[in-house]
Amino acid sequence: MTNNSGVTPRSAHVVPRHRADHRADSEQQSPVARPLDAEAAVVVERLHVARGGRTVLPELSFTVPRGQVTGLLGPSGGGKTTLMRALVGVQRVTSGQVRVLGLPAGTPALRSRVGYVTQSPSVYGDLTVAENLRFFARLLHAPFTDIEAVVGQVDLAGHADDLVQRLSGGQRSRVSLAVALLGRPEMLVLDEPTVGLDPVLRRDLWEMFHRLADEGTTLLVSSHVMDEATRCDRLLLLREGELVADDSPGVLLDRTGAVDVESAFLAVIDARTDRRAEVPA
Amino acid sequence: MRAPMAPAATLAVTTRVLNQLRRDHRTMAMLIVIPCVLLTLLWWMFDGDDQTFNRFGPPLLAMFPFIIMFLVTSVTTLRERSSGTLERLLTTPMGKADLLAGYALAFGAVAVLQAVVAVVLTVGLLGMDVRGPIWVLAVVAVLDAILGSALGLLVSAFAATEFQAVQFMPAFVLPQVLLCGLFVPRESLPDVLSVVSDVLPLSYAVDAMREVQTESSWTSGLSVDVGVIAGSGLVALALASATLRRRTA
Ligand SMILES: Nc1ncnc2c1ncn2[C@@H]1O[C@H](COP(=O)(O)OP(=O)(O)O)[C@@H](O)[C@H]1O
Ligand SMILES: [Mg+2]
Repeated sequence: MTNNSGVTPRSAHVVPRHRADHRADSEQQSPVARPLDAEAAVVVERLHVARGGRTVLPELSFTVPRGQVTGLLGPSGGGKTTLMRALVGVQRVTSGQVRVLGLPAGTPALRSRVGYVTQSPSVYGDLTVAENLRFFARLLHAPFTDIEAVVGQVDLAGHADDLVQRLSGGQRSRVSLAVALLGRPEMLVLDEPTVGLDPVLRRDLWEMFHRLADEGTTLLVSSHVMDEATRCDRLLLLREGELVADDSPGVLLDRTGAVDVESAFLAVIDARTDRRAEVPA
Repeated sequence: MRAPMAPAATLAVTTRVLNQLRRDHRTMAMLIVIPCVLLTLLWWMFDGDDQTFNRFGPPLLAMFPFIIMFLVTSVTTLRERSSGTLERLLTTPMGKADLLAGYALAFGAVAVLQAVVAVVLTVGLLGMDVRGPIWVLAVVAVLDAILGSALGLLVSAFAATEFQAVQFMPAFVLPQVLLCGLFVPRESLPDVLSVVSDVLPLSYAVDAMREVQTESSWTSGLSVDVGVIAGSGLVALALASATLRRRTA
């Protein structure tokens, strides 16, 4: 059985909360890694990514604070998915540095500490919800007791034995989210997890995100729907691979004098365009 | 340091794949029933001509598991890639070798079933002559199926779609079928083709089947054949693991 294999499970116990807490005691981390625990959850420096011969992220630098819900917002095609893939270490990058939880992105040690939800649900349609979760729990060294908990968290308690392909699109994406919650990773990278869900569920999920953040989890949540911005502690607005804003929603609204984030977004872009237009003149 | 392979992860993949196959009745039928139907068809074609059936039986017993497993594995792996589950798997602590070994084990288990059924049918019901131990036929068939799976895993790394994966069949498998000694004995092939035939793994599978048919005990030739089949399978798996990239463009 996976959980007896001597690998510390990504524990669902209340204390200590995260796998990292176990490893701090049990495993000698390299001496350089320890002090970096104080650094932001994500530190990106001059990241450049090209896909299919085109530059998608020209030169991106930003940080994501720990223990908060950071929203990655912007129109479709802006590079949100590409950026998230870089954070979880599956995107080939041309240059620049990406550090996650104090380690270079994609390091084996990070793989059990970061949960990732791809934009389209990545679960097996021909397995039941419970079978999917059991499979991923074994890979993530998460205890099977987590399964019931995460199924409840995404509000699929009555569907544990349903085949995933028989579920609706929204339910399927929640199964995919449940997988990422297994073993309580310290960081969650969620690519458009609330798209297509009904408003009540959406609110519930955002409440859950904040509960997790209160317990110390760092969340990076992308969305192309601007009105989700107000639910985030912090906003990164990404457009054509460029970061046009990096603020809390309140500060962004104050700074632009806009009534909502969508207008603020437009105001910021207009200001940038004006500035650019002035340069050659 | 993390071990490159963990038995728990390998077994998790095996269990999952078998679970999926269990639900997929059509694929299971393709894996088990089709070889039997084809072997029966062959027997019927040479109605009463035992000599010809005896000549074609062993190569076909070697080819079916190889071809079918090649197809099923390459398409299944491609599906894993296009559904995004591969990307997710690669963000988990699981090693790449665990994924491939898990797949090979699952399809190997199916291959055991397939081989036993096909051998029982050809030897038991259709009366193919075999002088050697019959279980060796099954062992060779299983190794063959695993080799097919391993090659399927390997080529799936070079296919972007399931459609392309299927097209690798004529490219990778048919030359082996033509040169394995089924149509022309390998000794009688033109020199160049004879050399090519010597480096294609399916040739050894066919040789092994024929060896079991004509020799009453395990021969050193059989050991070589079996060694080559198993070795090629391992090489294909290692190459597949090396070509599977965590980071993609
Ligand atoms: N597999 C790919 N190959 C080449 N280009 C891609 C690929 N995926 C996305 N792109 C391009 O990268 C850019 C950013 O896409 P993406 O990161 O998916 O944006 P978002 O998630 O914000 O919608 C787009 O211009 C898109 O066309
Ligand atoms: Mg996207």
